[in-house]
Amino acid sequence: MLRFLAILGFALLYVPLAILVIYSFNASQLVSVWGGWSTRWYVELWSNEAVLDAAVVSLQVAVLSATVGTAFGTVIGYVLSRFGGFRLRILFTAMATAPIVMPEVVTGLSLLLLFITMEQWFGWPEGRSILTIVIAHATFGMAFVAVVIQARLAGFDKSIEEAARDLGARPLRIFVGITLPVIAPAVISGWLLAFTLSLDDLVIASFVSGQGSSTLPMVIYSKVRLGVSPDVNALGTIVIAIVGVGLVVGMQIMRRAEARRKRGQD
Amino acid sequence: MSEPVEGITDVTVSDMAGAKPRRRLGGGWGKRLVIGVPFLWLLLFFLIPFGIVFLVSLGSPQFSVPPYSAAFEFDGWWPRFVGSLGNYVFLTEDDLYWRAYLGSVKIAAGATFLCLLVAWPMAWMIARAEPARRNLLLMLVILPFWTSSLLRIYALMGMLRQGGIINSVLIWAGVIDQPIQMMQTDFAVYLTIVFTYLPLMVLPLYSTLEKLDGALLEASADLGASKFATFCTVTLPLSAPGIVAGCLLVFIPAVGEFVIPDLMGAQDSPMIGNVLWGEFTRNRDWPVASAVAIAMLALLVIPFMLLRSSPALREEA
Repeated sequence: MLRFLAILGFALLYVPLAILVIYSFNASQLVSVWGGWSTRWYVELWSNEAVLDAAVVSLQVAVLSATVGTAFGTVIGYVLSRFGGFRLRILFTAMATAPIVMPEVVTGLSLLLLFITMEQWFGWPEGRSILTIVIAHATFGMAFVAVVIQARLAGFDKSIEEAARDLGARPLRIFVGITLPVIAPAVISGWLLAFTLSLDDLVIASFVSGQGSSTLPMVIYSKVRLGVSPDVNALGTIVIAIVGVGLVVGMQIMRRAEARRKRGQD
Repeated sequence: MSEPVEGITDVTVSDMAGAKPRRRLGGGWGKRLVIGVPFLWLLLFFLIPFGIVFLVSLGSPQFSVPPYSAAFEFDGWWPRFVGSLGNYVFLTEDDLYWRAYLGSVKIAAGATFLCLLVAWPMAWMIARAEPARRNLLLMLVILPFWTSSLLRIYALMGMLRQGGIINSVLIWAGVIDQPIQMMQTDFAVYLTIVFTYLPLMVLPLYSTLEKLDGALLEASADLGASKFATFCTVTLPLSAPGIVAGCLLVFIPAVGEFVIPDLMGAQDSPMIGNVLWGEFTRNRDWPVASAVAIAMLALLVIPFMLLRSSPALREEA
């Protein structure tokens, strides 16, 4: 019984995606009519400048914001799990974790009002651009990275760091030499998480983007709102393929690393 | 801090004593920097923006750039308060806002429960599978999560719309002769939330079920409990932490959801996220949009933050 229900659940996840992939090869413009196999929507997608430009913007924003977010998030996670009590710790903890539970519309509106106010008072940032989206995405990305890093540090024996400290190593050296190698997998998965969240975000980017800095979700959204657009099927198929290949490769690398580690222990 | 271990040589102890003051000096400034830089970032890009939202919510809309009146006027250097709480009064007077708020909580709670019903068997199946198959099944759950949610919503729209796959199949099979209206209904919103957030529910459930000791289930069966009784009294209570985590992960973003009700929901029953968006873009009433944002913060986010911190406080006590 449970098994049957589980298979139904997987079906719910995959039937819409399978249909999207199949229809991306549909020659007909109409969704309900099968007009034979064709790759015309892929050709159309490839010649759609708005989509290509937006994809470039999205990738730039995602790489930059994930990198900034991971750098800050790693430090925040480290501070929260290793620094014990300090003044304003409660405020620090609240600010570091709150972006996770914040509704996207609220985050987007508040950052837009901040950027407008800052521009009025200081003349910076000048209008909305890729920069403002990067700042917005980095801010919520770092909250997620901090959680991942904190979880990893909670499971890691503090006594190694303490031993190094007792032997006279400076904090920076301990962090670079011991802590960072141990949390490296968490740093990588944190970066990937921040990267995906950035690529996925529509609402916050819609608030803080400016002219010429439309992200891919914004372009898809406006296409979808206007009605059926078969080239979105083609785009979806490409994204599914990239994520699928990435996951398989990632799993293989992880499995190899695991095997190597096991051999090392024996 | 670790105590010096007994039997440690004098040389090490004196080394430590010699190293300590220097380390504290370097550590002190380093520590301040390490805490201070992210602190300032969060202050500037997270906390201060809410202060600005609050100030804007005290103003009123006007034709200018930016399109609102300031809550303070300056006579020289002295700020004079000219704003009002009128926008908040307005929120309580017009029942659109209450309906949208309560409707959002209702839809998010219902969809979270449905999501749990669908996700539990999946997490169970993954946790009980052979290691090799388990990895494959886990990948199948993660893959949609990493695919753009907007594209997945679009895929579902292709199934639900009037000329979509479901209606076509049902008409072809002779079950119905008129296409069913599924888009722009609450049903579509529930289904889409479940579909979009399913991985976020499955993964925490899986991680608690994976740790569940199979011997407990065998013991329960050996003592004569039926499968159903074992499920109700052993398995389900032990998966409670995963249930709580998964429900929070789904409920919180679902309440403030904008895209799903916008694309799938009925126009006459918007969720609170759509109300805020509408005030901001269509009505260009930034002060009311800000007041809605502050209300969401007070009624949704702050209760959750308190809820989250209370078990931690109890643990420390």
